[in-house]
Amino acid sequence: MSTSALIFMVLVQGSVTLITVYFFVKVLKTPKKPDSDEDEE
Amino acid sequence: MPKVKEAWGSRIGLILAMAGNAVGLGNFLRFPVQAIRNGGGAFIIPYLVSFLLMGLPLLWIEWSMGRYGGVKGNHSTPFIFGSMSKKRLWKYVGVFGIFTNLGIISYYTYIESWTLSYTFKSIAQSFSGLSRHQVSAAFDTYAGVHSPAAGHLVAVNFPVWAIVAFLITLTINIYILSKGLSGGVEKVAKIAMPLLLLFGVFLAIRAITLGATGVAGCATCNSHLGLDFLWKPKFNNLANPKVWLAAAGQIFFTLSVGMGTIHCYAAYVKKNEDIALNAMTAGWMNEFVEIVLGAAIVIPIAVGYMGIDWVKENASFMMAFKTMPFLFSQWGPILATLSGIAWFGLLFFAGITSSLAMGTPFMAFVEDEFGWGRKKSAVILGLIILILALPTIFFFEIGVFNEYDYWTGTVSLVIFATAEVILFSWIFGMDKGWKEITRGSDIRVPTIYKFIIKWITPVFILVIFISAMIKPLHGELVDWQLAFNQLLTHGTWPWASDSIISQVFHLNEKIIWFKQGAATPMFYKDMSRLLLLSTFLGLSFMVHLASKKRKLTAKSHIS
Repeated sequence: MSTSALIFMVLVQGSVTLITVYFFVKVLKTPKKPDSDEDEE
Repeated sequence: MPKVKEAWGSRIGLILAMAGNAVGLGNFLRFPVQAIRNGGGAFIIPYLVSFLLMGLPLLWIEWSMGRYGGVKGNHSTPFIFGSMSKKRLWKYVGVFGIFTNLGIISYYTYIESWTLSYTFKSIAQSFSGLSRHQVSAAFDTYAGVHSPAAGHLVAVNFPVWAIVAFLITLTINIYILSKGLSGGVEKVAKIAMPLLLLFGVFLAIRAITLGATGVAGCATCNSHLGLDFLWKPKFNNLANPKVWLAAAGQIFFTLSVGMGTIHCYAAYVKKNEDIALNAMTAGWMNEFVEIVLGAAIVIPIAVGYMGIDWVKENASFMMAFKTMPFLFSQWGPILATLSGIAWFGLLFFAGITSSLAMGTPFMAFVEDEFGWGRKKSAVILGLIILILALPTIFFFEIGVFNEYDYWTGTVSLVIFATAEVILFSWIFGMDKGWKEITRGSDIRVPTIYKFIIKWITPVFILVIFISAMIKPLHGELVDWQLAFNQLLTHGTWPWASDSIISQVFHLNEKIIWFKQGAATPMFYKDMSRLLLLSTFLGLSFMVHLASKKRKLTAKSHIS
């Protein structure tokens, strides 16, 4: 495997993995909002 | 306002169901094949750009349209669209959001049933000791595929076991759908998605660590060469419109945008609950499965045993069934069985989480508008799927399957996405739209996206739509230039056979329905088009009835 391919693969796959984990953790850490289903319009 | 009977049980459940809707067979089969056919590393950059400029905006648009409609009691696209514009036309445009799903789910459930059968075949070690050709022939036997006895005569496929597996798969889907969103779809997503990831990681590690396999006479049989081809950046290919169109097309399919499923799922999100972070999380989860796992399984393993040239020539969707079992069998009986279970199990989970999503819009529509119960809606959905699916099974070999895929799985998606982005950005209005996207948001959506959604995304989709309509022969940059030259000098256009215009009018083929007293493949294909058109018209009529019913109810409330 060439160096450029390896760098590109690690960069893209690493970024996608980090972003996915970041958002997933953010969802898990965000507290649940109190129920407010009434229509304001 | 129709009474809301459904709700999501938890935020994670909703995200996993949405990610499951997006993650499908295409993540593991279509993406690597598209990447191979479009220059490997050259494909990834346009793909990521398309994701940021078209995919993410469409996700936010669809989530917010769904929640907006759902708050007003509308859970199906005809009435979600209807709630965003007073013009009656939009309700009928919204029919695409039900029609597309009925069309796709019909043939998709059939493919899903192959994965279920092949999981059991792997457990039973049915492929042990078979040659590559025997494994390939085993699939043809399973699907009842045979060559027509003579010329134009149509071979009807009647694969008994494939039909039994299809009926079992359909029943499983209908049973889960009859249990509702939190009691059925969400529970399945919570089990299927983690298992899918587990199986995917197992296979990806095996593929990456495979390296050179030492196949006699094959110097390029090395999984790392497959990875090299997929990931070596080739910047000179970036000017090729064919690569961009293929990348943008892949983003469409992989995110399941332009279908109406996201609207439907999001319609059960409460008014002030977040959608921006949810959409990002589900979208990126799909990208993880596609870019990290999808790119690391089929191609590296296939190159490991067949060589890079064979893969470039033969990479296709059918490799999953015709080639992979043979490749797994090279790893010895225990690992071959485990890999077979992981591979087909993974595809089954990817398939079922998507087919469940595709079943939901029709059910939401009839439950909202006609007051049908969950079980009744599910059973009738099952019957419709059965009626639509049988032609794809019986006439699989002559291309009815592909016909469904082209019209419902390709053309309808682009039409629907073009319409929804215009409705959201220009008719509903970007200011109101932005408020919808950001209301209750748990992340700060970059304000540049207000501009992107209003200007860039519509142009992006319109270019894809127009290119698909008038695609010239071969579709490379030079072919477009030659086509315009030909138009200016001769007043004619060299239509590609898969351009929409060419397909609608059969431009590159003679219309012959009968030959020597027998129906030709074209006859069956045109009849399947008629069946799909009738389905669309039938759904439009149901929307018309529902609108009338709503008006009468509103009048009786006033009086």
